[in-house]
Amino acid sequence: MLTARAFDTKVSALYKAGKIFGGVFLGRGHEAISACSAVFLTKGQDVYNPFIREQAGRCAWGDSVLESARCYFGSREGLMRGRDGNVHWGNPQEGVPAPISHLGAMASVVAGMMLAKRLRGEQGCVGVACAGDGTTSVGALHEAANFIAVQQLPVVMLITNNRYAYSTPNAQEFAAELTERGRGYGYEVHRCDGTDFFATLQTMQTAVAAARAGKPQWVVADTLRLCGHGEHDDASYIPAELKAQYADRDPLDVARRQLIDAGWLTEEEHLIWEAECRDEVQRCVAQAQKEAGPDPAAEDWSAVSWRP
Amino acid sequence: MAVTYIDAIHQALAELLAEDDAVFLMGEDIGGSFGGAFKATKGLAEKFPGRVINTPISEDAIVGAGIGAALAGMKPILEMQFADFGTLGQNQMANNAGAHFYRTGVPVNVTLRMPCGGTPGGGPFHSQSLEALFAHYPGLHVFTPATVADAYFMLKEAVRIPDPVVFMEHKFLYRWLKADTWQEENPLPVGKARIARVGKHATVVAFSAMVPEALKAAELLAQQGYDIEVIDLRSVKPLDYDTVLASLSRTARLLVVSEDFPYGGVAAEVVATVASMGLHLLDAPPLRLTSHDSPIPYHPDLWREHRPSADSIAAAAKYLISY
Ligand SMILES: Cc1ncc(C[n+]2csc(CCOP(=O)(O)OP(=O)(O)O)c2C)c(N)n1
Ligand SMILES: [Mg+2]
Repeated sequence: MLTARAFDTKVSALYKAGKIFGGVFLGRGHEAISACSAVFLTKGQDVYNPFIREQAGRCAWGDSVLESARCYFGSREGLMRGRDGNVHWGNPQEGVPAPISHLGAMASVVAGMMLAKRLRGEQGCVGVACAGDGTTSVGALHEAANFIAVQQLPVVMLITNNRYAYSTPNAQEFAAELTERGRGYGYEVHRCDGTDFFATLQTMQTAVAAARAGKPQWVVADTLRLCGHGEHDDASYIPAELKAQYADRDPLDVARRQLIDAGWLTEEEHLIWEAECRDEVQRCVAQAQKEAGPDPAAEDWSAVSWRP
Repeated sequence: MAVTYIDAIHQALAELLAEDDAVFLMGEDIGGSFGGAFKATKGLAEKFPGRVINTPISEDAIVGAGIGAALAGMKPILEMQFADFGTLGQNQMANNAGAHFYRTGVPVNVTLRMPCGGTPGGGPFHSQSLEALFAHYPGLHVFTPATVADAYFMLKEAVRIPDPVVFMEHKFLYRWLKADTWQEENPLPVGKARIARVGKHATVVAFSAMVPEALKAAELLAQQGYDIEVIDLRSVKPLDYDTVLASLSRTARLLVVSEDFPYGGVAAEVVATVASMGLHLLDAPPLRLTSHDSPIPYHPDLWREHRPSADSIAAAAKYLISY
C-alpha cells in the first residue's frame, strides 16, 4: 500500500511535469481494497485481474513497480514495449491478463482462465476479477458474472465502490444495492468498508477461501476515490461534504493506526517503511525513464504471429 | 457416399477433439444431445464428455471466456449460433483477442465459428456476412471456405494456427454443397487462393457461397462463348493478391463478387488494392457486385434479388467483357 501510494505520488508529479504520454490513473483511497484483492493469491497458480486503480494489488501479487513504470514510459524492456501504456499491462503467462480499456471485458477472460484450469484438472486455484461500481452497469460484466455463476467457477468478483464512475454518482449508475446484483446471479455476497484495512483483509480472506472451495463470491468494498478519475480531472463534482467524511479515512492512515494499535508496528518502523517504499519507487522510475523507448524504424507492425 | 459441407465441419471438430486435449468447444445449445442449431456438434458432447460446453446466451462472455481459456493454454473453438449475433462477441474478438498479440507478444488461439450468409426466409438477422467487419480489425484471420474439402481442412488449420481465426461457414452451403469426400490429396495451404475455373475473358473473384454462384455464371457464359476464370479467395484475411493479379495479367478484367453489403466490404477492398497495384493490367474498370445496401429481406423472392446470383454475376461479367 505504501509502495503504491509512493508510486502514484511519483507518476502524478511526472504527469504534471509533462513527462508522461497519456493519462495517469491513481488508486488513492483504493489501496486497502486493492492490496487485499491480491494478497491471498499465489503467482503461477491463481489468476489476478487488476482494474484501473490497482497498483497496490499488483504489488501484493508480487510484481515490481518497475513494470508499472515501464508501461507508463513505454520502455522497450517492459511487457508492453510501448505498444500499450498507462495501467494496461499484464503478464498472462503468470496469471495476469493484460486489461483492455473496454470496461467489464476482462471478467469473462478470468472466467475462461479458470475454466481452462478446471478442464486440465488443476484444483484449489482461484481467480480474482476486479471492477468498479460503474463497471457493474456494463453488459459484458453481467454476461461474465452470470457465466461464472452458472459454471460455478472459483472466482471472486470484487467490486470497488468508490461512489463515482468518472463524474457519475452511484444513483445514476444503478437503482439497487450493488450486493443485490451479485445475489441475483447466485453468488455468496460480502460487503465491507474498504477504508478499513483489517475488515477488508478479513472479507477477502473469507471470500478467496470460499471461492477456492468452489463457490463464486461477490464482494462489494466501499471507499471514495481520493483523487480525480485521472490526473487531468479535479473531481470538482464530488461534494465537499462527502470528501470531508473521508478526511480521516485515508486507508493508509487507517491501516497504520490499526497496525500500531495491534502492536505489530511502531511509528518509527512506519517511517522507515515509507522511506524504503519511496526509495524503491524512485529507483524503479529512474530505471524505466532511462530505458530506451520503442524504435519506430524497427517496428514490425505485425498483429499476427502466423503468416502464410 | 456424398458428404456435405456441414459433415466436413463435424468431422474436423471430432478429429480436433480426438487429437488434442487442449481443444474444447463452447457455445449455445451444443452441450447436450441437441448438437447446436445446425447440428454441427451432434454427438460430440457424448463422445467427449466435459469438452463440449453449453453456455448461456452471452456472446460477449463466450468469446471473452474463450480468450481466457486460450491464454491459459487451451484451444477453444467457439460457436456463434448465427454470425449475425457475432456482433455481440465482436468487441472481445476485435479489441481483446485481435489486439492481444501486438500488445503482449502472446497469440490467442481462439477459433470463432460463424454460421453466416443468406438462406431463403432467413431474414434481416439470420443472414448476414460479417467478414469485412471482423477483417477490419488487426490481428484476426478470416477464413471463408467455399468447398467441402476446405470446410474440413481450413477448420483444422484454424485451430493449428496460434492466432484468433474467424471461421465463416456458410449456412446455405451446409447441406446444399456435397462432395465425395472431405479429404483432399494435397490441400492448398491457407492463404492461397484457388483457381476454381480457368478462363481467359474475365476474372471473377468470389468467396464462400458466391463461388458456386460464380461457377454457375461461368457455365451460363460458356454457352455464349465466354470463358470466365473464377478465383475462390478461401480466406479474405490473409488475402492472396498474387493469385488475383496473376489471373488479371491473363484476363485483364476484374469482377469481385461478395454476398456482403457494399460499403467498405471485401469486394471494395479487393477492387481498391487491384486498382492501386494492378491498374496497368486492366482493360476495363474493376467492378464489384454485392448485395444491396439495405437489410436482407425475408421473402425468398426479395432475398434472391437482394444478393448476387448466377444471373446477375453473368450479366455483370458480360458488361465487363463488352466494356
Ligand atoms: C465500455 C467503456 N465505456 C466507457 C469507458 C470510459 N471510462 C473509463 S473508466 C470509466 C469510469 C469507470 O468507473 P468505475 O467502474 O466506477 O471505476 P473507477 O474509475 O471509479 O475506479 C469510464 C466511463 C470505458 N473505458 N469503457
Ligand atoms: Mg467508481
